[in-house]
Amino acid sequence: MSVKQISVFIENKKGKLAEATRFIADHNINLRALSIADTQDFGILRIICDDPKMADAALKDGGYITTVTDVLAAAISDTPGSLASILEVLSDANVVVEYTYAFNSSKAGAYMIFRVDDNQVAAAALAGAGIKTANQEDLF
Amino acid sequence: MSKYYQPEIETASVEELRAIQNEKLVKQVKHVYENVEYYRNLMDEKGVKPEDIKSVDDLHKLPFLTKADLRDAYPYGLLGTDLKNCVRIQSTSGTTGRRVVAFYTQADVDLWEECCARAIVAVGGTNEDVCQVAYGYGLFTGGPGLNGGSHKVGCLTLPMSSGNTERQIQFMRDLHSTIICCTPSYAAYIGETLKEMGLTPDDIDLKAGIFGAEPWTEEMRRDIEKSLGIKAYDIYGLTETSGPGVSFECEEQTGMHINEDHFLAEIIDPETGEVLPEGSKGELVFTSLDKEAFPLLRYRTRDICVLSRKKCSCGRTLIKMTKPMGRSDDMLIIRGVNVFPSQIETVLLKEGYSANYLIEVDRANNTDTLDVSVELTPDQFSDTVKDLAAKEKALANAIKTMLGINPKVHLVAPKTITRSEGKAVRVIDKRKLHD
Ligand SMILES: [Zn+2]
Repeated sequence: MSVKQISVFIENKKGKLAEATRFIADHNINLRALSIADTQDFGILRIICDDPKMADAALKDGGYITTVTDVLAAAISDTPGSLASILEVLSDANVVVEYTYAFNSSKAGAYMIFRVDDNQVAAAALAGAGIKTANQEDLF
Repeated sequence: MSKYYQPEIETASVEELRAIQNEKLVKQVKHVYENVEYYRNLMDEKGVKPEDIKSVDDLHKLPFLTKADLRDAYPYGLLGTDLKNCVRIQSTSGTTGRRVVAFYTQADVDLWEECCARAIVAVGGTNEDVCQVAYGYGLFTGGPGLNGGSHKVGCLTLPMSSGNTERQIQFMRDLHSTIICCTPSYAAYIGETLKEMGLTPDDIDLKAGIFGAEPWTEEMRRDIEKSLGIKAYDIYGLTETSGPGVSFECEEQTGMHINEDHFLAEIIDPETGEVLPEGSKGELVFTSLDKEAFPLLRYRTRDICVLSRKKCSCGRTLIKMTKPMGRSDDMLIIRGVNVFPSQIETVLLKEGYSANYLIEVDRANNTDTLDVSVELTPDQFSDTVKDLAAKEKALANAIKTMLGINPKVHLVAPKTITRSEGKAVRVIDKRKLHD
């Protein structure tokens, strides 16, 4: 139970992020989630979309450096402490979380994306704790 | 004490100098032909015999030596005497293949130190002076050369080496240093430190500085003169010929007198190798006239400059060279270290990067900075910042290991490094040194 995330290398220069998001919009890539991590030199744009294969090919065609990673999308409830309890479950299962970000869609609900070192162990631990992880199609 | 260290040479007539050079050259060519197989082969290939060299006028018949020859002959191939007669080596920084290792007999050390002594006397040095040598000591020629020259003049010598600037200033004040020898960037740094310590040039006794081993501008000269309250003089040399002291500035501060009784200078067209007349801009070539252990003939320095025998107000008749105006190869001097872009390229390729890179050299707070941007390749990309930052760090470390200088590495997107006529612009030197 995982979803495909596309990461795009973006130089940390004025206009580069806007250029990439414009590119995504122009190619009719249906975005569900977007997050950016950056340093002084570069940024990594991470997106979840409905057709990762098509989107990845389009970005590569456009000269972008990309990589596709399997990440976990865990549904979170609108109650305090729900993120904390997910992190506790993962920590108890000795799963290392590289990064995480949230998104919310009126159609699919609220999710946290987790990039972890072992998707299988993490998904099993979450399932054991009654936390649902989504497939790509669940999000659209 | 005299105004000159060796007046009989430094103020000799052109005819007298020429006679010395002719005699030494004939002897040196014979010495090299008999003792240096590598150069003998070059002469044989060109069909030149020692008998063909009867005077300086015949110099152009001899083959050139280049850095590539030094590499091919490393380490002993250009030795002009038995190792048992050698007492010292000095070496440039830089890696194997780029590193120059030069050998010296005691006579070679003496003539080198004499050259440095001439430079110290030319800035007003006498045995009453206190000479603080803040060049690095060790394999680098700066410290040992000026240290030896200072001894020969009879100055009280402070062998400080570089670094520990507050201590430098403390010694300078306690022992009343009057002359300082170091790189120009370090001199500028000492000036800044002096100010930070709340001191002014009136708190020190320095009157003159001898600065070399890296390019510097007239603007830097004025800054250093002001911040330390001194006259700042240039000195030139390279490990291949001995070290600093091949040429030196006099009170006129308009170019460096070449110690041409030891080092015969020519200016050539770097493309054709043709010797150019006096006053032409071209590549500087040196023939060492009396060195025993490392007697390089017609060594191409790759430095571009102009020679002039115009009368100098200091009274010296030794020919003058301008400060190098550039290079006929792509070598950069960064923090005193010789850097070839190809060395950086080698590291990039070894670390799995493309050859699309950009080297930017600048100067901030009187220290050279080195920035290397390289295009990321798709298989090096990772979705975590941690991985990419680690890649930048690993590459910076690999470059540091190669050059001895810490660069700043920037990963950039593909096809973002400007290409002109299909070839990348690889180096941007923003230091504006040749103003
Ligand atoms: Zn002069």
